[in-house]
Amino acid sequence: MTSSFHGLRTRAAGALAGAGAAFWGATAWAQDKFGQPTDGAIDLQPGVTPLREQAIWFHNIILLPIITAIVLFVLGLLVWVMIRYNKRANPTPAKWSHNTPIEIVWTVVPVMILMVIAVFSFRLLFAYNDMPKPDLTIKATGYQWYWGYEYPDQKIGEFISNVLPEDEAKARNVPYKLAVTEPLYAPVGKVVRVQVTGADVIHAFAVPSFGIITDAIPGRLNETWFKADRIGVYYGNCRELCGVDHAFMPIEVHVVSQADFDAWVAKKGGEVAGAAPAPEAAPAADAAGEPAAATAPAATPVSTTPAAPAAATPAPAAAPGAH
Amino acid sequence: MAHAAAHDTHDDHGHTPGFFTRWFLSTNHKDIGTLYILFAIMAGLVGGALSGLIRAELMEPGIQIFREGSWLAQIKIAGSPLIEPSKQGYNVVVTAHALIMIFFMVMPAMIGGFGNWFVPIMIGAPDMAFPRMNNISFWLLVAAWVLLVTSMFVDGGPGKGFGGGWTLYPPLSTSGHPGPAMDCAILSVHLAGASSILGAINFITTIFNMRAPGMTLHRMPLFVWSVLVTVFLLLLSLPVLAGAITMLLTDRNFHTHFFDAAGGGDPVMYQHLFWFFGHPEVYILILPGFGIISHIVSTFSKKPVFGYLAMAYAMVAIGFIGFVVWAHHMYTVGMSIQLRAYFVAATMVIAVPTGVKVFSWIATMWGGSIDFKVPMLWAIGFIFLFTVGGVTGVVLANAGIDYSLHDTYYVVAHFHYVLSLGAVFAIFAGFYYWFEKMWGVKYREWLGALHFWVTFIGVNLIFFPQHFLGLQGMPRRYIDYPEGFATWNKVSTIGYEITAVGVLIFLLVLIDAMVFRRKAEANPWGEGATTLEWTLSSPPPFHQFSELPVIKPDVH
Repeated sequence: MTSSFHGLRTRAAGALAGAGAAFWGATAWAQDKFGQPTDGAIDLQPGVTPLREQAIWFHNIILLPIITAIVLFVLGLLVWVMIRYNKRANPTPAKWSHNTPIEIVWTVVPVMILMVIAVFSFRLLFAYNDMPKPDLTIKATGYQWYWGYEYPDQKIGEFISNVLPEDEAKARNVPYKLAVTEPLYAPVGKVVRVQVTGADVIHAFAVPSFGIITDAIPGRLNETWFKADRIGVYYGNCRELCGVDHAFMPIEVHVVSQADFDAWVAKKGGEVAGAAPAPEAAPAADAAGEPAAATAPAATPVSTTPAAPAAATPAPAAAPGAH
Repeated sequence: MAHAAAHDTHDDHGHTPGFFTRWFLSTNHKDIGTLYILFAIMAGLVGGALSGLIRAELMEPGIQIFREGSWLAQIKIAGSPLIEPSKQGYNVVVTAHALIMIFFMVMPAMIGGFGNWFVPIMIGAPDMAFPRMNNISFWLLVAAWVLLVTSMFVDGGPGKGFGGGWTLYPPLSTSGHPGPAMDCAILSVHLAGASSILGAINFITTIFNMRAPGMTLHRMPLFVWSVLVTVFLLLLSLPVLAGAITMLLTDRNFHTHFFDAAGGGDPVMYQHLFWFFGHPEVYILILPGFGIISHIVSTFSKKPVFGYLAMAYAMVAIGFIGFVVWAHHMYTVGMSIQLRAYFVAATMVIAVPTGVKVFSWIATMWGGSIDFKVPMLWAIGFIFLFTVGGVTGVVLANAGIDYSLHDTYYVVAHFHYVLSLGAVFAIFAGFYYWFEKMWGVKYREWLGALHFWVTFIGVNLIFFPQHFLGLQGMPRRYIDYPEGFATWNKVSTIGYEITAVGVLIFLLVLIDAMVFRRKAEANPWGEGATTLEWTLSSPPPFHQFSELPVIKPDVH
């Protein structure tokens, strides 16, 4: 199954390579920034996970050439009939209104095009679904209007991640409305499972360069995953309308080497895998493992001061020992 | 299609009622149609102004309009700002823009307006089956409008009005908005829904029972077919919405827990119910446009519609499939893989009948003798722009890509291409096509053409760059955005400004026609216009077809 898909994919890639290259050669995205939007760019943010790269391939090599060709084909037909069959060029209209063969063609050909799309589409969809055995789990909880993150494997209790205020973002030269007070950390090349839930209303955890989005729904624990292949900082957003500060609860993921990750875990007072358990586990460690009561924001663990930000100015609620 | 064999039945009995009786107690389908169209123009101007506030806010990063001290905050009524200058105010405007454009502009224009005016005439009927119910349908819509506007000015919880989006997702619409604004919005949608259900019953009864002798279903004009399919969608989908929002209402006010996870309910259940209505709804918005475009393309090509039966049954197919694809709006809620795979496949199938329609329109033009009158400009614009919106729909149908584009501006661009540039272009096409028939006066040709070109350039400039924003990951319904999205947002807002000039030109068209009152012809379009409305005077007599026309088959 997989190998035949690969064969098909290779052949299709060959056939469409010309069209694909014409639209977006690899050079076209070279100018795009990783992990954040590039002003004036017209393509998908570059990906750093195999899923996102496969999605970009599907979009740029399969979908975009097909839809562009269809639009240009329809435009060409319209231009042709407007030139050839306007009342000056063709004063006497024909009266026919049937042509069964052509009707069969324009029914069957679209079906075949859709079947080609579907082959790649299902392959991608199932790839998203087939999460390898995760190396670590992050639990993300959406609140109005910030994120709470937990690392149950590392026994890091929930800490709060707010939008970084404008002056601080400027001072640190990081993008305002994307940078946060307490970023997520993930080791490079490891399968990271993200479990997502909502505490009050529905939010959505989305990181474009990983190609993932999952709704954070009260009473549900949704799951997605990523395996980032490149060290760097990747920003995401809440993508489900959640109230007045919907635009001000960004996501920031630092993909770092395993050593840097372990150092970060140690700094957060968590347990580094394989190392001896940290002598003083965070007070919230007992709360970390169980799914937080989804409906009550009050269930936030005690190790941090969530300090729900005022609607107008999301104040940073920095946990002790951050940065 | 049937050839109109009607003869002069212009026996106006000459007793039009007085002003109040005629316009407030109306039982005449043409007068009610006129009321609907005037209502839709009013609502369209309001909804368009709201989108102007959105685009003005998004012109640059940062919050400029929806904050204290901005010019918006200076627009006051009785001492308090008309629209709350806050982030909540922005969300309220986004929500109201959607609800107004869907329920109070496109639907009243297409179904209430053109449907009421031309369905009875096209099938050779003297009026609708239930004329008094027709009047109730209209006035319920006015009541719904009053409730919706009220909702914007009363407390919502986080501020004035309801700012949770037109989808009204709980818990944001329940615990997230405890104030009465949301209750007003629910009741408004209830009334608008009741209005539409009554209208749907009226149209179904009229089309099934009141066709003139010889007007078989397979000879019905395509606009009548499109309205028939549309009203079936309304009849089957709106009760589901009514149920869902009733459960919202009881969750809010009577401590039920249908959608409250803490009480054993499920917020996702609401989304299933909503989109079971919501997806057919988007076809409700566009299907009558398909019918209108078929007539216009045929009229101005002076050639019969290509593949009449395929066109009719393509609409039936679109209507049917439209009911089984709803969860493609919900790929991210955590559905099982089998469900997601099914909805991907089912959604892509819709592209087939839609493609049949696009190609059939072009085949209708092929070999014709095309006259580029104003309605035809809008119709050709529609075909192209609808195609652009359609192919991005095929992209979004793929769940694997949706994970990169879900709830981004790519989606906004997609549905505005099919609705703002599709449905609205179809409405303008129909408005100019039937202008003389409805108002009894002519519009000025060059003004109409100018309106088209300015609008065409403007709306493309608004919405095409939004594809780029979505690909770069800009989320929907954001009052503010990072610097990385600045350029295309600016272009988009400039596009809005051009479109606004287009709206002014449209108002000029109306004023010019009103002032100069150039006498309309019964059939200004000549041999290509073959449906029954062109056999009547312009405007038609107060009561038409006291003597029923007889429809004879023509040679296909």
